Amino acid sequence: MTIQTSLGRRGFLASTTAVAGGFSLGFHVPFLDDGAANAQAGVRELNAWVVIHPDDKVVVRIARSEMGQGTLTGLCQLVAEELECDWNKVTWEYPTPGQNVARNRVWRNFSTGGSRGIRESNQYVREGGAIAREMLIAAAATKLNVPAGELTAANSVITHKGSGKSVRFGEVAAAAAALEPPKEVKLKDPKDWKIAGKPIKRLDTVEKVTGQQIYGMDHTMPGMLVATVRACPVIGGKLKSFDAAKIEKMPGVKKVVAIDGNAVVVVADTYWNAHTALAALPTEWDVGELGKVQQDQIKATLKAGLDAPEAFVGNKAGDAKAAIDGAAKKVTATYSFPYQHHVTMEPMNATARYTADKCEVWCGTQNGEAALAAASEASGLPVAKCEVYKLMLGGGFGRRGRSDYVRQAVLVAKEMPGTPIKLIWSREEDMTHCQYHPITMAKLTAGLDKDGNLVGLHVRISGQSILASLLPQNLVNGMDPATFQGLMQTGVEAAYGYDVPNLLIDHAMRNPHITAGFWRGVNVNQNAVYMECFMDELAEAAGQDPLAYRLKYLKPKWAAVLKAACDKAGYGKPLPAGHFHGISQVMGYGSYVAGVAEVSVADNGQVKIHKITAATNPGHVVNPAQIDRQVAGSFVYGLSAMLYGEITVKDGAIEQTNFDTYNMLRMDEMPKVETVLVPTHDFWGGVGEPTIAVAAPAVLNAIAKARGKRVRDLPLMHHELKKGA
Amino acid sequence: MAVLNVNGKAMDHNAAPDTPLLWVLREQLGLTGTKYGCGIAQCGSCTVLIDGAPMRSCHVPVKGVAATAKITTIEGLAANGKLTKIQEAWVASDVPQCGYCQSGMIMAATALLAAKPNPTDADIDAAMTNICRCGTYQQVREAIHAAAKA
Repeated sequence: MTIQTSLGRRGFLASTTAVAGGFSLGFHVPFLDDGAANAQAGVRELNAWVVIHPDDKVVVRIARSEMGQGTLTGLCQLVAEELECDWNKVTWEYPTPGQNVARNRVWRNFSTGGSRGIRESNQYVREGGAIAREMLIAAAATKLNVPAGELTAANSVITHKGSGKSVRFGEVAAAAAALEPPKEVKLKDPKDWKIAGKPIKRLDTVEKVTGQQIYGMDHTMPGMLVATVRACPVIGGKLKSFDAAKIEKMPGVKKVVAIDGNAVVVVADTYWNAHTALAALPTEWDVGELGKVQQDQIKATLKAGLDAPEAFVGNKAGDAKAAIDGAAKKVTATYSFPYQHHVTMEPMNATARYTADKCEVWCGTQNGEAALAAASEASGLPVAKCEVYKLMLGGGFGRRGRSDYVRQAVLVAKEMPGTPIKLIWSREEDMTHCQYHPITMAKLTAGLDKDGNLVGLHVRISGQSILASLLPQNLVNGMDPATFQGLMQTGVEAAYGYDVPNLLIDHAMRNPHITAGFWRGVNVNQNAVYMECFMDELAEAAGQDPLAYRLKYLKPKWAAVLKAACDKAGYGKPLPAGHFHGISQVMGYGSYVAGVAEVSVADNGQVKIHKITAATNPGHVVNPAQIDRQVAGSFVYGLSAMLYGEITVKDGAIEQTNFDTYNMLRMDEMPKVETVLVPTHDFWGGVGEPTIAVAAPAVLNAIAKARGKRVRDLPLMHHELKKGA
Repeated sequence: MAVLNVNGKAMDHNAAPDTPLLWVLREQLGLTGTKYGCGIAQCGSCTVLIDGAPMRSCHVPVKGVAATAKITTIEGLAANGKLTKIQEAWVASDVPQCGYCQSGMIMAATALLAAKPNPTDADIDAAMTNICRCGTYQQVREAIHAAAKA
C-alpha cells in the first residue's frame, strides 16, 4: 500500500455516526478539532482518542471497524477506564483514513482483521484515555487552585478531597486541551478495572433494532445513481463484448460502462432498474484456458501434492521420517477442507463521487486505509485528494479487508464525474467473486511405540496459499508462513501446542486460479480439523482416552484451557444415552481455546449437536458478555462450514450462486453454547476468531465416537451417517 | 403512481409493477431498515409484515400488494420512540452483532409472538428460519423467550 503523507492538515470531513447525533449519513460535520462551530461550543479534542463536550459528553474515536465483533464497545471501555469518565456519557465516532494520513497516522492501524482490534491497540488507546485524564486533572488543579496530586478523577468529576471542591470534566476540557500532554502515564492494573473487564452492553444496539443503523448499502446522497456489476464469471477472464444498445432504453438506465477489462456495469436511477437491465445485457467473455478448469482437476492437483518430494517446511523437530519408519505402529490419514465463502449478510457495495480534484468513497470496510489507497489508485488522484468515510459493516469476516468493490465503484464514478454512484453487488455477484477460504488437504502420518506413545509425526499440507494469491510480496523465499497457522513451533500468534519429539509439518503449495483470501479464522480452521481429529485417531490407535492422550503432549497453557473446557462440560462423566463428547483445542490469534461438543447421531444419520462448551484464555478479558457472543457466533461460522460449506469450480467458474446452493446453519441447528473464561492476565489475545477452529474437530470427534466412522473430507453433508451405512 | 399502506401511512411510489416490495421500500420510500440479503427469499433479511404475516419482501412484486394491505417494516414497530417489548428484549439481551439481519429477525419474531405468545423452542426453530452469519441465534432465542414473558 502506498500512502503519501504530504497532506496539509485541515478541511477533512468526517461522517457522523448515528450514535453521535442521530444524523443520517450523507450529512457531514467538520471534523471536531477543526470545526469552528464546535470550537465555539467548547468542544475540545484532548488527544486523538478523546473529545469532551462542555456537557461532559465523551466522544471516543475508534480507528478499527465495527462489524459485529464488538471491538467498538471494547475499545471505548478501555479508553473510558483510564479516562475515569461516566460510562453513560460515552459515544464514539470514526476518524477518517484521510485524516489519519493527514495527522501522521496518529490513530495508527485502521486494519480490522486477525482478531487484532483490541489486542493490538489496547496499550495506545488506554494511554490516550490516561493522558486525557491527567490533562483534565492538571486543568482542574489550576481552576481549583490546589495541587494536582491531591485531585482524583471519577465518573467525569474531579474532586479535591481536602476541601471537597469539585469540577466536571466538561468545565475544564477546554483548558485541559490547551495543556502540554504528559510524556508518560501509568496505566491501571487490570485488577482495578471498573468499566473494562465488565459485561457492559454494546454501544451500537438501539439503532440496529429499530432499522436506523445505516450500512453502506443504505447510504444515499442527493443526485445519487445506483449501479450494479457483472464481472467475468471466470476469475481471471476478460470481458469480450457487450451490447449496450439492447438495454439503454430500459427504464431508468443512465449508462453502461466496462471497467478493468473484466466487468460490465449498468448505472441506473435505482438498483432494481440497474439489476433488471444488467440481467438483459448480452455479454460475451473471454475465459481462455481457465474456462476448462474443473473441481476434480483441482482436487487431483492437491492430492498429488500430498506425496510430492518438495515442500516448504513450517515446523521441524528431530527426524520425523526416521522415527515413523522405526515405530512399532504407523497411523496414516488424509483429510480435506474445501473452498469457503464469507457470505457477509450485506453484499459488497460502495458509493463513490469523483471530480477532477476530489475522490470520495462511502463504504463499509475492514481496512479504511487500504480503501483509501484503492480510491487513489482507481481515481488516479493523489491520496491527499481522496477520502473514505467508513460506514457500518453488515458483516466482514475478512471479505471486506479487500478493496475490489471500492475500486470498482470509483472506476464507475470516474465515468460520470460529479455524480455520486452507489455500486451494489447482487448476492450472485458476491458469491461468485470473492477471495475464497483456500482449499487444502493434509496427509498425517504418525509413528507410535509399543505403548502407544507418539514418537514421530509428519503433517503434509497440500493446497492453496493465501499470501501467494493476495500478498505475494509477503511470501518468505516462496513459502507462505500463514499456511502453518496453529502449527508453528513458536510465536505469540498461533503456536503448536504439542511437544512431539520428531516432527515435520510441511506444505506443498498448489495454487489454482481461484483467488484465495482471509476468511474468519483463516488457516487455523482446517489445520485444527487435521490435527485435532488426527489426535483422536492416535488416541484410538493407542487405546487411550483422547483427553488423557493429548495431555501427555500438550504444553501447559494449551493443556490448562482444554482441561477447563472438559471440567465444565463434565467430560468423562455419564451422558444421556446416545450422546458422545468430542474434544479439541488450538491456540490462535494470541488466545488459547478448547471445545467439548456433545453430539448424537440418530439411526437415520441425522446429526444433532446438543451443546458445545468452550473455554478461552484470552489473557485479559475486556468484555466477558461480548466474548460469550463471539464464541457462540464463531461456532455458527465454523459449524456452517463443517456441515455445508463448499465452494466448487466448474468450467473455471464458481458453481454456487446464492443461499440455495450454499447453505449455512440456522436456528434449528444451533447448539447450546456455554463459554468458560480462564484468563491468565499475562498477555492480550483475540477472541473473534480462535474458537471457530475448535467447533468442527470437536463435533467430528464426537461423531466418530457415536458412529464408529470418521469423516475426513468436509463438508459433512456429503457423508452418509445412517446406522450401518 | 401507486399507493402502499406502510406503517400506517399511505405512501405513493412510481416503481414498475414487477419491482419487488423490498426495493420499493428501500429506494422509493426511503425505508432502508429492511435489508437486501439474497433476493431469493432464503435469508429473511427483507422480512416485513403484510397484514400481520411475515413476508420476504424481496420476492413480493409490488403489484401484488393491495393499497389497503397493511405493511409493517422495522421502522413501524416503535411508536413515539417507545420500543416494542420484542425490541426491548433484543436490547436487554444485546442480540445484534453486525445487525444487518436483525430487522428481519425482529419482524419474524414479531409475527411469531403475535401467533404464539408463549412459543416453545420448537416453535422458535420453525418460525425463525432467517440467516444470521454473525451467529446470534442463541441470543435471538433468549430474547424471544424474554419478550414472551415481558
